Amino acid sequence: MREVLGRPEARRGARDMMAFAPGLAAWGLVTGIAMVNSGLSTPVALLMSLLVYAGSAQLATIPLLAAGAPIGVVWATALCVNLRFVLYSAQWRVYFGHMPRWRGLALTYFAADLNLIVFQRAYPNPVPEPSQVAFFLGGALSTWLVWQCASIAGVVFAHAIPAQWGLGSAGTLAVLGLTYGLLVDRATRLAALVAAAAALLAFTAPFKMNILVAIGAAVAVGLLGAPRTRRVGDE
Amino acid sequence: MNEAWASWAVIGLGCVTFITRGLFLIPHTEVPIPGWLLRALKVAPLAALTAVIVPEIVMTQGHFAQTWQDARFPAVAAATLYYRWRPGVLGTMLAGLALYLPLRIFCGW
Repeated sequence: MREVLGRPEARRGARDMMAFAPGLAAWGLVTGIAMVNSGLSTPVALLMSLLVYAGSAQLATIPLLAAGAPIGVVWATALCVNLRFVLYSAQWRVYFGHMPRWRGLALTYFAADLNLIVFQRAYPNPVPEPSQVAFFLGGALSTWLVWQCASIAGVVFAHAIPAQWGLGSAGTLAVLGLTYGLLVDRATRLAALVAAAAALLAFTAPFKMNILVAIGAAVAVGLLGAPRTRRVGDE
Repeated sequence: MNEAWASWAVIGLGCVTFITRGLFLIPHTEVPIPGWLLRALKVAPLAALTAVIVPEIVMTQGHFAQTWQDARFPAVAAATLYYRWRPGVLGTMLAGLALYLPLRIFCGW
């Protein structure tokens, strides 16, 4: 490990990632504050920060935890928010698929959104190279450190500010920005509209089931409304 | 919130995240993803995030907000305008907070 991190690629990976440090730190801070504001105890908040290490999944499930939603709904919501990682893991397979399985899996604990963007900018060709693990780990460990420090600072800070300031809303606003970034075309805007309407219409459903109803409705519309695949000879 | 329940929920969230991040590193052979599944995988995160935040913005304790004097509305408007001007998470959040915090702390909205 020390040998890998001593390589110049590890330093380059860390440097490339540090360009995003301010944004990462703010995102971590907001997540830390939101966890405490919603009523998570400090030990559980720290456990969540270290174990889950996924800002959007954390911010999405915090209101559900606060509302005492059934555990299955909490997990299912995180699963849906995390489905983008499944797509990323297919990309990571190109680079780490040849490694022993557990080592590759251990690397993907660190594989957040930004890591893939930075990694693919450095290695645009989808071929494994020996230097890649060092580059990845250099960036991944710096990301992890910045995020965890900020998140823990948020947990501590949240205790110092009055709850009625409602600073937990910073989390909602951050997720709002994230969601806008996913609205890339008519189909995604329609899916978001359907999800929003369904989440509100089904709001009185017990056990926070409105979240799952909304996801189901939006995915159904996304599948039905997608442009049909053109058959050969249609032109 | 029950401490043991919250811990279990968080441990499960950790497992869900770990598995989703590494899913395609588990099989030994290549697994093709069908097109319809690919589309569903792309829509689901957007749907989940929308479904969580929209009620957070317009509902108060299980009902539609009864008043316009609610710091969340101007905050969301400011955040949205900022996003249209400069897309990005950090600026959007800060623009929203710039209206939210004063309204909430000084005006009691």
